[in-house]
Amino acid sequence: MAETICRTLRDGALSGEHAPALTIKDSLRAPLGFEAFGHFLCSLVHNISLGKSQAHGLVLVVLEQSPSFYLDMLKHRGYDTASLNNWIKILDAYSDPLGWKGQLRCVKKSALACPEVVTPFRNVGDTDNLFTTIIEVGKGIVGESKAGFSVAVDSISAVLRHATVPSMSALLSNLRSHEQVSSTFWLLHSDLHEVRATLAIEYMSSMIASLEPMTPGGDGQLGTADSISSLRQISLRGKFNVRLKRRNGRVKVNVEEFHMEQSGIKFLPVAHGNSTINQDLLPKLQFNLQLTERERVDRAKVVLPFEHQGNGKTIQIYDGRQSLPGGQTHLDLVKQTDHASKLAKEFDSGKGEIHYLRDSEDELPDSDEDPDDDLDI
Amino acid sequence: MNNAVVNLLEEALGASNGRIILVEDCVEANGAFILHHIVKHVFATCNGEPGIVLFVALAQPFSHYERILRKLGCNLIAHMEKKKFVFFDMLKLDCPGVDGGTQKGGLVHLYQKIERAIQTVSPESKGIVTVVIDDISLLDVACHGSTAHVLDFLHYCQTLTSELDCSVVMLNHGDVYSSMADSRFNLHLEHLADILIKAEPLSTGVAADVHGQLTVINKGNTERGLAENKIRSFHFRVKENSVEYFFPGTLT
Repeated sequence: MAETICRTLRDGALSGEHAPALTIKDSLRAPLGFEAFGHFLCSLVHNISLGKSQAHGLVLVVLEQSPSFYLDMLKHRGYDTASLNNWIKILDAYSDPLGWKGQLRCVKKSALACPEVVTPFRNVGDTDNLFTTIIEVGKGIVGESKAGFSVAVDSISAVLRHATVPSMSALLSNLRSHEQVSSTFWLLHSDLHEVRATLAIEYMSSMIASLEPMTPGGDGQLGTADSISSLRQISLRGKFNVRLKRRNGRVKVNVEEFHMEQSGIKFLPVAHGNSTINQDLLPKLQFNLQLTERERVDRAKVVLPFEHQGNGKTIQIYDGRQSLPGGQTHLDLVKQTDHASKLAKEFDSGKGEIHYLRDSEDELPDSDEDPDDDLDI
Repeated sequence: MNNAVVNLLEEALGASNGRIILVEDCVEANGAFILHHIVKHVFATCNGEPGIVLFVALAQPFSHYERILRKLGCNLIAHMEKKKFVFFDMLKLDCPGVDGGTQKGGLVHLYQKIERAIQTVSPESKGIVTVVIDDISLLDVACHGSTAHVLDFLHYCQTLTSELDCSVVMLNHGDVYSSMADSRFNLHLEHLADILIKAEPLSTGVAADVHGQLTVINKGNTERGLAENKIRSFHFRVKENSVEYFFPGTLT
């Protein structure tokens, strides 16, 4: 599913539609939001650099990590400063988000590292100005052409501390509906906000990727006695819940697992993770609790009684109580089942089958006899 | 034994330059002794050379820290004369006003003082300055309960870690913000911190020779490719001239 998200961000917006928007949610109990954000960022940058994506550039708005953090991350992946400058610009709302530094110190480390890539922004509370600046910086990448660019925000939580929920929603909505914005994604620390703020942002998103701990519960704070033991588990792995909203209104939910490795965050299907857990948790027994792969395949082939045989005939579900149409007796039914089984054997000799024969002695239906008439009441 | 046990806290902290350390204590288990320990440790060594401490004091006067650190074998006055220790007496810090303008004025001024001091004491070297704030709850009181402005101030302190490789150590009384409405402030601080040290009373009850337990959660450093949480938990005993740290059941 993480792959689907990467592809959606790469493919960008359809003509006449809003740009796809991804919300990455994390919390203290699953605190790897930055790793997930970095994963999607690097994937998009890779696609942009190869010219595979709809977007021709990326505007990265940083509020919680320094620009040098992201520049180092991208350099670590083999992009040099000269090539970065062609298709990425960083709007730096981290170093001086409120203009406190003013003239105190003119030379910043980030500016020294890569001055042409970084644009300072000093008034985070003004979301209108933030929107205008993002678009200006984006247009600076793509030039005079009408080509699109992507926008990534690290993180919305920092903006929400200075702006109201409606103004934040307006900013995200304006970004998504702008003709040159190809795709957007942002990080949100869900435990820092009221539920309504989180929901408002989720409504603005077409994809919601939520990082959750393996074991639910706890009060959200770190270090409490009940959460310490689970912290050891959640630090490296957790659940990656993805909700994709289609244009037709359909919502697709998918769950994966994420693992933190030395090389970065990895996403795996749940089945893979669960099987390893099950194997670990099962006690060592002398008898077999689980099916082998061959047994599992054979079980899947078994045709259950009265299951639709797929031989083109009318489906007849006999529950043992109703009378059969056309005066059929249960013997006719047995014959029919035999016929069906022969047909099934012709198609696939490997299929198993269950023959169900009603025991007339025990299950005599619709008898006029009162079963309790021997009782002396 | 003393050397071995003291290292438990230092081992748990690891290389702390360029990191934010949050000490969260409660009424039953005061965590101020951790600040003293860290101050002493910074003076001892920091990247191979003696470090510099900028101490923002809202809780106690200089004489208090001077007396305690002297008992721990550290002369603050001597360090101050060598410009290795800068003390900001903020006992009377007051940022009145409700509209935010003047409130921020006080914290903006404080931040600018800290930044100017860093440039003065360490114009060239990076990674040797540690800013200690004692404590965040009183900063909140000085701002008349405006936690948003306290968080703004702390964000600016965070920029010092990434730009100048400074360390920031702050003490917070977690139980003050334990109610549902205020707990988000705690969560904000915990999100901000790279290392969280929780001082709590013993979960098994009061004991004469064990004064509480410390939980150190080292979130690792994503910038250095170490995103693994390291969690250590051990007991402590505060003595007159030192603090003993030991694993449960190992006290002799």
